[in-house]
Amino acid sequence: MPEPLIEVRGLKTWFPVRSGVISRVTGHVRAVDGVDLTISQGETLGLVGESGCGKSTLGRSILRLVEPTAGEVYFRGKNILRLRRGGMRRIRREMAIIFQDPFASLDPRQTVGDILGEALDIHRLTSTRRRRAQRIAELLGLVGLSSDLAGRYPHEFSGGQRQRIGIARALAVEPLFIVCDEPISALDVSIQAQIINLLEHLQEQLHLTYLFIAHDLSVVKHISDRVAVMYVGKVVEVSPAGDLYRRPRHPYTGSLLSAIPIPDPRLERSRERIILKGDVASALDPPSGCRFRTRCFKAQPRCAESEPPLDTVNQGDHQAACYYPLA
Amino acid sequence: MAFSHLLELENVHTELSLAEGTLRAVDGVSLTIDAGETLGIVGESGSGKSMTALSIMRLLPRSGRIVEGSIRFKDRVLSDLSEDEMEAIRGTEMAMIFQDPMTSLNPVYRTGWQVGEPLRIHRHVRSGEAIATATDLFQQVGIPDARSRVRHFPHMLSGGMRQRAMIAMGLSMSPSLLIADEPTTALDVTIQAQILDLLRRLNREYGTATILITHNLGVVAGMCDRVIVMYAGRIVEQGRTEDVFSHPEHPYTWSLLRSIPRLDAEPHEPLTPIEGSPPDMVHLPAGCKFQPRCPFAVARCSREEPSLLQVRDQLARCWVTQAGTELNA
Repeated sequence: MPEPLIEVRGLKTWFPVRSGVISRVTGHVRAVDGVDLTISQGETLGLVGESGCGKSTLGRSILRLVEPTAGEVYFRGKNILRLRRGGMRRIRREMAIIFQDPFASLDPRQTVGDILGEALDIHRLTSTRRRRAQRIAELLGLVGLSSDLAGRYPHEFSGGQRQRIGIARALAVEPLFIVCDEPISALDVSIQAQIINLLEHLQEQLHLTYLFIAHDLSVVKHISDRVAVMYVGKVVEVSPAGDLYRRPRHPYTGSLLSAIPIPDPRLERSRERIILKGDVASALDPPSGCRFRTRCFKAQPRCAESEPPLDTVNQGDHQAACYYPLA
Repeated sequence: MAFSHLLELENVHTELSLAEGTLRAVDGVSLTIDAGETLGIVGESGSGKSMTALSIMRLLPRSGRIVEGSIRFKDRVLSDLSEDEMEAIRGTEMAMIFQDPMTSLNPVYRTGWQVGEPLRIHRHVRSGEAIATATDLFQQVGIPDARSRVRHFPHMLSGGMRQRAMIAMGLSMSPSLLIADEPTTALDVTIQAQILDLLRRLNREYGTATILITHNLGVVAGMCDRVIVMYAGRIVEQGRTEDVFSHPEHPYTWSLLRSIPRLDAEPHEPLTPIEGSPPDMVHLPAGCKFQPRCPFAVARCSREEPSLLQVRDQLARCWVTQAGTELNA
């Protein structure tokens, strides 16, 4: 098995909730609440779950864009949560993030050249102006944009092109690892495949490792080698992509998969669906035991008493956290 | 004249006047829908699918105007009606639910009050009775604890519950036509499944004709009897859902189906993207509007725009398939 590039152990990121005139902390949103994960060099780990499940916070916690409350994040064997500013800055060059909204994540007053140049300047990656301009042209080329566009402003680009710029900016520091946070959800359907193909192509060309966060399970299945499913701050199932979709074991994964419409009328009409009751549990006050039990069609009294651990279920490295997994 | 369809649009053109210029948001759309039917309208942002719906409801933004064509609902031509007459139809005989239930519910009124509003206004039902009906409707659309939820303000409900409340409001007068514009786009998949299940049930139980506007081909596959595919304000393909999905006759539909990752495909199965970007509606290309992005385009496509004509089992606006070429080959 390839070396893990990233290893996450017992990671928790809680956000305090304050109320009243003296802003007393009255509780915590447990956005990430005890997550263990490994990501191998060169692989794509898909991370899926519904809004508010903590998947974006987990991605940002791994990069220390938000400060985790507890736990460890090892990057190439080094616990980066222990690093001070200087050490962290060196590590930052090896990690990057691509955001969902290419409209909001690019400064409208900067030209594309400035946006890309800024990333180069911060890390002092180019020594001369000429080398800097060359590198900007190179980055634009990597994402399929003409280098003539360096003088243009973000609003002059379409959504798909803007996301390409966002990707170029992420690549500027020559990272090993990129968190892709819903990189295609804001794009028109007809250009989503362009961006997916670009990300796959770049991964091959530059030997990148991805954490690919999305709520669309079809996209995640397409791009991932392994997939982790999150529910209210916890990973409830993790498995090689093919196996997870062929044989989901956690009832939540099963219901998520059955809820994804497939563009085939005959298949779609004959499918059996698991329609869940109710809404996602609150991360402010999660249910005791298994957090999914309040919506689960297989729940038993035991599920409320203690929390099921993430255990190997199928052969190989397929794990699920459930006392009564699906057949 | 006796009417044959519940709703019939004939050659509808809708213009929007924007700072950049005037654009034809809807360009010559003709369609029909009958009682009990579910019709899907698929397209990307800017394709004209929502503008078609707003034209039907006569809820166009101030910059919008229907410049040509007719819309007939039951035995009435909607453009002939006064605003009062139209107001009486909206909410009673036809209703619309929108994508974002947070912005379409009024934050300062309790949900039950809002859901009962059509009843108070149109049927002059007393408020107590309207709230009781709203409670019933909440139960029907699957809002748990309906009795207390009608007293809540919109922000106190979750996204899924607000969308249900919107649907409940849409249904309060048992309309014969329901237009749902991206009703599940803002929702999580498990909640989407609940809402689609609800719409399916309503269609079955009450025979409500439904126009479902979406960009999600999977949703269309599971919900719609017939489908219309729009591009640049035009219908480019129209037919029974099964025909359109099994042998698309417009290259846009064909490409779209090949470009989306599917849950029933293996991981890493290659996707064929659609090149280029969606069209600039103010500066549309000559000829076929999809031609600059089309892998099948021939010389004629950039000169003349094709009409929507019968190709095998459906209608398609494409010179290539109209000449007998098969796209699946």
